[in-house]
Amino acid sequence: MKSWLSRRNLLSRLSIAAAGLLAASAARSAKAAVQKVFASSGAPRGYDPAMHKWRMAIDANRCIGCGLCAEACKKENHVPEGQYFRTWIERYIIAKPKPGSGEARGETLVDSPSGGMHGFPESIVPNAEIQHSFFVPKLCNLCEHSPCVQVCPVGATFDAPDGTVLIDPKYCIGCGFCIQACPYGCRFLSPVTKTAEKCTLCYHRITRGLKPACVEVCPTQARVFGDLMNPVADDPLQQFYQNNLVQALKPHLGTKPRVFYAGIDKEVR
Amino acid sequence: MTNAVTNVVAELIPHFEGYVYPNEATQQPLWSILIVLYPYITGLVAGAFIMASLVRVFNVKALEPVYRLSMLTAFAFLLCAPLPLLFHLGHPERCFEVMMTPHLTSPMAIFGFVYAWYLMAVLLLELWFDYRRDFVEWSEVTPGFRGTLYRLFTVGVTDVSDPALKLDFKIGHILSVVGIPSAFLLHGYVGFIFGSVKANPWWGNALMPIIFIMSAMVSGIALCVFNYMVLSWVRRKALDMKCLDVMCMFLFYALVVDAAIEGLDWIHRIYSAEEGFQVIQYMAREKLFYTLSLGQVTLGTLVPLLLLGSLQLLRRRVPDLIRRRMYFASGALILLGVLAMRWNVVIGGQTFSKSLRGVMTYKMEFAGLEGWYMGAALLLLPFIILTVFVKIFLSEKLPSTAPLEPHPAHAR
Ligand code: SF4
Ligand code: SF4
Repeated sequence: MKSWLSRRNLLSRLSIAAAGLLAASAARSAKAAVQKVFASSGAPRGYDPAMHKWRMAIDANRCIGCGLCAEACKKENHVPEGQYFRTWIERYIIAKPKPGSGEARGETLVDSPSGGMHGFPESIVPNAEIQHSFFVPKLCNLCEHSPCVQVCPVGATFDAPDGTVLIDPKYCIGCGFCIQACPYGCRFLSPVTKTAEKCTLCYHRITRGLKPACVEVCPTQARVFGDLMNPVADDPLQQFYQNNLVQALKPHLGTKPRVFYAGIDKEVR
Repeated sequence: MTNAVTNVVAELIPHFEGYVYPNEATQQPLWSILIVLYPYITGLVAGAFIMASLVRVFNVKALEPVYRLSMLTAFAFLLCAPLPLLFHLGHPERCFEVMMTPHLTSPMAIFGFVYAWYLMAVLLLELWFDYRRDFVEWSEVTPGFRGTLYRLFTVGVTDVSDPALKLDFKIGHILSVVGIPSAFLLHGYVGFIFGSVKANPWWGNALMPIIFIMSAMVSGIALCVFNYMVLSWVRRKALDMKCLDVMCMFLFYALVVDAAIEGLDWIHRIYSAEEGFQVIQYMAREKLFYTLSLGQVTLGTLVPLLLLGSLQLLRRRVPDLIRRRMYFASGALILLGVLAMRWNVVIGGQTFSKSLRGVMTYKMEFAGLEGWYMGAALLLLPFIILTVFVKIFLSEKLPSTAPLEPHPAHAR
């Protein structure tokens, strides 16, 4: 039975090769896990992510749609020209119902020309016909059960212990799966780096004790930012939670956004 | 669709109706023609393999003439399956990270392993055990380079004694049995890549993997019908009508199940009319009319159902020539219909905004990495590979053993 033996040999050689491949991959995974701690995140040396819980909250009642935040974000984070945004502002216009229509409300119109970066043009609905009009700044919702992290095939998108969701640009293979998986349209594939990008709460700033660029420039404090682990005196974030009933976006999807909104309507999604 | 369409459009981007998130307002869909081809090709692999398993595992003797062709078809297409996925990456050079440092909650990462398993453990091995005896024989009768090639393929295992062949047969059988769930897994996973996207009401659907598996079987069998007929025509050989009849019978029943499941999916969507249904309905009606109503439903499903179904009833009364033409037409239409179905899923899922307030229109490019030419080339490639395989492994000049008998003297 010489050949049976040699075939068995062949099979066993094959399986050794397969096992070797698997072992190599396990080793690489372990290495990657270690690397992850030192993932290229833009944080300074000595920053301890376990000591912070960063949060942003949005008080839509205060937003005047000036668009400074979107502009500041583009500059600060070198967001590519054109239709790419880490943060943007939406304008909602809810018309009055037509007289005699028996409706509670008219149509809802939403727009965000250039992400609201240069403010908003005159509404096409005449003022007299508007029931409600408001602005909603949008950003990554820093989901607790983030679908983007779940689907990333290489783990380039990850949950940092400090409550942010980050992307390691050196690791991202640019497959775009996370962009499909984010229900909020927060991500884009950068035409420059060919990797996925999104809001990081200005990780390079907050880890150095600064505020995110958008929070810094907002003239009305519609964007509230803070650290749940290290509240300051009169902490704006704590006050926001104290004073408002809040909503999260698309809660039915179970993504558990960590960014809360005050003062938005059911039409916002 | 009353309110979304009449919404204000972000200026300067005329190909959007209603409101779409700014990041969605790209000129090209993020996943384009390449990602349409990826599930299409993978599906053809799974389907062709299952077709071959009908012979091997379920002992459908009538299909023996197409057994090897189906296996080679599955192999040729499997070799090309990861290419579209690879080419569409922003960083193809990092692709091995998917295998080396996989993130195990991602369906895309698991696909790498399922693919490797299927290629190495199932298809390659099974083919080798099938062909081993032929390789040994051919290496003896063929001179020159070809002979050397066959000798190489034997990997030095030249024992063709009866017990050895019996063992080959047994191992081949086991591999085939393992192969069936693997084929389902392979393509079910592809369906899951879409079905798992809950952000997208068009994709996020528990039926998606099942729909993908069924349509894969349909398209794979149709491809075997197509290949068999073309090959016989090229070689001027008479078709085995019995084999063709049986193949098309399976094709018909697979198509019935496929159409039923997809129909159920639609009924469910329409009846439950969940959030996002309005925009989906609008998209299906306006943006996907040609590919959905015409391509997928009418030409790809109803017409073949009618053709194949009538032949099930009237087979004996229809002359061979007409029957052949009807089979060929059905096979070709189904192949197009399933391609249209992949298009509708992949592109359709990206023609409406996740804000559920608007739709996008894309213009496909011709040139470029994600253009039509690239798509056509990638679709042609497996056929070219298959032609080479057929020349080497299904050569008319070489004696071929009946593939599935352990040995004439020892037939079960
Ligand atoms: S909002 Fe989108 S990008 Fe941000 S964590 Fe959630 S799913 Fe990920
Ligand atoms: S694009 Fe990058 S970050 Fe997103 S899923 Fe793919 S590899 Fe992960």
